[in-house]
Amino acid sequence: MFKFLRNFKEGLSRTKDNLVGKVKEAVGLAAKVDDNLLDTIEQILIEGDVGVAAATRITDNLKEKVARESIRDPNDILAALKSEIAAILKSARDPAHLDSSTSPEIWLILGVNGTGKTTSVGKLAKFFRDQGKKTMIAACDTFRAAAVDQLAIWAERSGVECIRAKDGSDPAAVAFDAASAAKARGFDILLVDTAGRLHTKTHLMEELKKIKRVLAKVVPEEAIKAKLILDGTTGQNALSQVKLFADVVGKIDGLMVTKLDGTAKGGVVIAIAEEMSVPIDFVGLGEQIDDLKPFDADTFVAALFE
Amino acid sequence: MFDSLTEKLEAAFKKLRGQGTLTEDNIREALKEVRRALLEADVNYKVTKDFIDEVQKEAVGAATLRSVEPSQQVVKVVHEKLVKLLGETTVDVVISDPPPAVIMVCGLQGSGKTTLCAKLALRYKKKNKKVLLVAADPYRPAAIQQLQTLGRQIDVQVFEIGQARPQDICREAVNRARKEFVDLVILDTAGRLHIDDELMAELADIKKLVDPKEILLVADAMTGQDAVNVARQFHERLKITGVVLSKLDGDARGGAALSIRAVTGCPIKLAGIGEKLSDLEPFHPDRLAARILGMGDIVSFVEKAQESVDIQAAEKLEKKLRKQQFTLEDMYDQLQNLKKMGPLESLLEMIPGIGKALKGATIDPKGIGRVEAMIQSMTVEERRNPQIINGSRRKRIADGSGSTVQDLNRLLKQFVEMQKMMKNMNRFKFKGLPKDALPF
Repeated sequence: MFKFLRNFKEGLSRTKDNLVGKVKEAVGLAAKVDDNLLDTIEQILIEGDVGVAAATRITDNLKEKVARESIRDPNDILAALKSEIAAILKSARDPAHLDSSTSPEIWLILGVNGTGKTTSVGKLAKFFRDQGKKTMIAACDTFRAAAVDQLAIWAERSGVECIRAKDGSDPAAVAFDAASAAKARGFDILLVDTAGRLHTKTHLMEELKKIKRVLAKVVPEEAIKAKLILDGTTGQNALSQVKLFADVVGKIDGLMVTKLDGTAKGGVVIAIAEEMSVPIDFVGLGEQIDDLKPFDADTFVAALFE
Repeated sequence: MFDSLTEKLEAAFKKLRGQGTLTEDNIREALKEVRRALLEADVNYKVTKDFIDEVQKEAVGAATLRSVEPSQQVVKVVHEKLVKLLGETTVDVVISDPPPAVIMVCGLQGSGKTTLCAKLALRYKKKNKKVLLVAADPYRPAAIQQLQTLGRQIDVQVFEIGQARPQDICREAVNRARKEFVDLVILDTAGRLHIDDELMAELADIKKLVDPKEILLVADAMTGQDAVNVARQFHERLKITGVVLSKLDGDARGGAALSIRAVTGCPIKLAGIGEKLSDLEPFHPDRLAARILGMGDIVSFVEKAQESVDIQAAEKLEKKLRKQQFTLEDMYDQLQNLKKMGPLESLLEMIPGIGKALKGATIDPKGIGRVEAMIQSMTVEERRNPQIINGSRRKRIADGSGSTVQDLNRLLKQFVEMQKMMKNMNRFKFKGLPKDALPF
């Protein structure tokens, strides 16, 4: 557990410097709790991609709290902010855990272009294999050149089986074959990597519906989990992505936020938890195969503040 | 989620009813909405703040115009200012002699570098340049294969020597290009974080070794507040010569472009607008300014229409309309044209004002399909002269197209209304579409 916390802290250290570090600085400089200090906090939140709506609500709640509990010491603001953010992150539904009653469980990995779907599938495969789960990958990104080769290399690295599609073939057919094989051979989980698609392209979104429909012929519908991969550098458009992908596949069961090892990240996670109430399953904290970590609100906030 | 700025401003000004002119106070009120729009479009906080401060000064100066529509005037000032900031003219990529000119493409992971390289290669191949693509990403699994596959698709040579040091790959490639009289070398470098010291130093090394004419930073149009840090770091280390905005075909407002431009001062040269390798365009500051403000993008809409509509066919249709001979056949052709232009929602978003009129309305692409099926189930005679469609014909058409007689009745009624409207168009000035004019 301690090692886990440390990993989190390292990966998010820059978020911490940018977000909480700045708040601490502002708090240190402030002589008293006033609107100036709260405006600064709002600014810091917006700069951390928390979004105007969420940032405004957080600071409004803080203001109310300050008045109600007559907070005078700027340092107490920090604790209040921490509990405020933790509350938002916890308000989202619980992250999904593998349900062994519906084997195989199928994770349909979705996302716009370049968020890190293929890489995340590779890392997830390793994660589940390390947990002793019988894991299979279906490489259904038949659009991007060499995406299937890329995933095959990841599968080799993590030592799991990979069902490959030919470039340009029908992804739904590959998904169906993989699901049938995974079911027949008693696999615990099947990870279906799909091609990146901008959520505004109707015809590509139709293709996703087809993949889901076809999978539902092999396993019960509740065993299919739609997991959306979000790039941690994405700004407010992330909200639109969650919404439009959810419209297509019915509902997003979980998010994975990648590339959080850069600068000024993590804010978008708060915005999404606040506005969409979709749980965050995993966060990507680096390029190594073990750098995809299960998300836990308490650990996340703890790493952010301690 | 995003209401257009004009709409918000109108609401803000309604509160100030009776104040027809721009005063310092109501400008400040309006600019609050502008600020929010910019932040929601992911323009950096500090960039937004400076921008608003400047507009505030300029708009107060414009107040003496006694504008009839103060909200429009504010939008105009804001738009002009945005265009100015984004760069008033379109700046193209420079490839000059002596060959080979080298373009180095860099950016974060997943920003779209490899795709851009292939798009650039295709662009210059079409201009009869001899192009060499260089696979300089030995890190990401199968990155080399990806570039090779793309190279095959556009028939451009790809240089690779496997998992070598990127510095060596690039130097070798340029040497080869010299010997083979290549006009343009495009270096596809690995994606990297701007804070990764080692990898950033690697790019600086490559720059020293091959002296690229252009160093292009590829930035995802969906990037959030962090765009400033990314652009600043890349610019400090490499002195980039231009920016390419990728994935502009999504619904991101692209505020990152403004942040990047403000921080680096580098022109945004190109925009990636689709997945096809021909989907690369010069960057148009005025259009992006309108988009950031949520004002719609009428120019792009018209261009898209021009691309997909056959001019001669359009002229023929116009003549028919004048003679009031618009038939169901013509309506069918129009539907085909509409479909060629892409998903309807994204088209509608480009039209200013229509977002407001159709808010919440989703367009069912299957609706068009149903109309098509019904028209296709008619005989030629019926299409040209719908009056002859009686009860038994209605039943046949409905059965044939898998729809109901009610559906068909609705279509025919709407068609008659369209015909009427066409007549009015000839007789009077066009006043706008009736609310349920479209049959889907």
